[in-house]
Amino acid sequence: MYGPAETADLVYDRDLGDPGQFPYTRGIHPSGYAGKLWTMRQFAGFGTPDETNARYRQLLGAGGTGLSVAFDLPTLMGRDPDHPLSLGEVGKCGASVASLADMERLFAQIPVSTITTSMTINSPAAILLAMYLVVAEQQGADWREISGTIQNDILKEYIAQKEYIYPPGSSMRLVTDVFGFCAERVPRWNTISVSGYHIREAGSTALQELAFTLRDGIEYVEYGIEAGLAVDAFVPRMSFFFNAHNEFFEEIAKYRAARRLWSRVMRDRFDARDERSWKLRFHAQTAGVSLTAQQPHNNVIRTAVQALAAVLGGANSLHTNSLDEALALPTVEAATLALRTQQIIAHESGLAGAADPLGGSYYLETLTNDLEAGALEYFTTIDDLGGMVAAIEQGYPQREIADSAYRFQTEVERGERGIVGVNVHADDTAPGVPTMYIDEGVGDDQVARLADLRRTRDGERVARSLDALRETARGRENVMPKLLDSVRAYATLGEMCDALRDVWGEYEEAPAI
Amino acid sequence: MSAPTGMRNIRVVIAKPGLDGHDRGAKVIARALRDAGMEVIYTGLRQTPEQIVDAALQEDADVIGLSILSGAHNHICPRVVELLEARKISDVLVVVGGIIPDADLPKLHAIGITGVFPPGTSMQEIVEFIRQHVRPKAATS
Repeated sequence: MYGPAETADLVYDRDLGDPGQFPYTRGIHPSGYAGKLWTMRQFAGFGTPDETNARYRQLLGAGGTGLSVAFDLPTLMGRDPDHPLSLGEVGKCGASVASLADMERLFAQIPVSTITTSMTINSPAAILLAMYLVVAEQQGADWREISGTIQNDILKEYIAQKEYIYPPGSSMRLVTDVFGFCAERVPRWNTISVSGYHIREAGSTALQELAFTLRDGIEYVEYGIEAGLAVDAFVPRMSFFFNAHNEFFEEIAKYRAARRLWSRVMRDRFDARDERSWKLRFHAQTAGVSLTAQQPHNNVIRTAVQALAAVLGGANSLHTNSLDEALALPTVEAATLALRTQQIIAHESGLAGAADPLGGSYYLETLTNDLEAGALEYFTTIDDLGGMVAAIEQGYPQREIADSAYRFQTEVERGERGIVGVNVHADDTAPGVPTMYIDEGVGDDQVARLADLRRTRDGERVARSLDALRETARGRENVMPKLLDSVRAYATLGEMCDALRDVWGEYEEAPAI
Repeated sequence: MSAPTGMRNIRVVIAKPGLDGHDRGAKVIARALRDAGMEVIYTGLRQTPEQIVDAALQEDADVIGLSILSGAHNHICPRVVELLEARKISDVLVVVGGIIPDADLPKLHAIGITGVFPPGTSMQEIVEFIRQHVRPKAATS
């Protein structure tokens, strides 16, 4: 039972504030969703750029209001489709984009000035952004007007998802080069999406997700300042990305605590003066890891509950997972149902009518306070380790997450945590669902197109642009202009990443369990 | 902890082949097998089939556990089995966990991989499967 005693220390103006007021615990918009609904942004990508392009046009036609690009593993790891390590991976987990030619196909008949595009790309984020900017240029769109997001969050890669290429120092330089370039040339672009999503999927608790993500955010701000940028010149374009998991009130509290923590850190630790630097904007995605292969229809309900938490927590954009995602990438029917789930919340539940409707709940405010206090303790621990990059090099957040993941699984197996269809109400006769199957021929198709490209482009221009890129990587100048030159010359993603590998080397994690 | 082979504890190489870095499953299973009394060697990320088979040989492993979530299992699993055969190794049990569509099960069964563990498989089931199917080690010369 929670009552007034638990929240007696709470001072409304100091700790909550009206929606739209510091410290933004109750949201960053004064009228909540009344002025503008959240963006319904469904993450999608598979196979060739043409197949993904068709899915995007279907999603936009079905009322989606933003695109979110999933790239395949070779793209995420900066390898061309014809590299030996790409064998069997091309087009499997997302779209294969190996050069500007593929980016042109991905956005064929989609005017990038009329949509916002989020790209889930990290180690090679600067390169994929350069490709997108050149497509915008070809379409006649103004870089100062276009908007979207690149994930560009390398720290959570070392911590959780492990899609890193270069050592941390060089990776952070790429990140701050993007901050600097966009501040000047692409001012409406969100230059990073500091992500707790993958940290949570890797097995962290809600508290660890909150703490590590916000501490990552602090690390980026410190590196940005170190690189010579003014806080208020780049922090307003930083955005965040959180998981929407099962424990309903804890999730809502997590988003509220995140906004309060960020605004105070920005104002008090970094002396930010622009209120846009204080406002934490975030995308949420329902928890892929919570979906079960058993009785997959149950996943629709899990996703709906998680999406409700995201909306009640004031998410600025939302992806709802499809019911078949523990089995495969989603079918078009499953992806449409997932989008409909958030449309039903938006149009039929009445939730969009009030900002932070649960604010003031004794229980929710207590959870919010507890999460904030716990996160501040983690901040101190990580500061004491020498910051997040140092903590990662010591394996600290990785160990914390692995411990939580193992604890969770042990609790499930002891029956201390129930998962319907798995260890509670299991039923072998429950109906399955049809799943999407990625044709093994995708790889061959992409490899053949790449061979054509290598034959028909101006090889000397490519070589010159890559030499210039290496030269810039050795120095301290911003690499973005040289990346744009290489992209325009149709250098491949793998060639550009290799040029940077030549200079910066590769990162390897010491395996530990 | 009794050793089911009668000789020593079961030795398992847990490997993450391919480009994927999602290692939650591999790490949780590695700990579960270790807690069940097995000796576990975790290879770390992005191992080629060649590296995995080499590691299994060097470690004198009884079991290779592959964790694949990216859809590359149709390329990686047959390659591991081929490499073992090429080296005349018939006593290493190969199992795989991850996102494996039902449609691919016959192909995996046909190359002798019957231990396929989709999402939701309990750690206990995997421990039991390995204990029941681990092959007696051929006498070493």
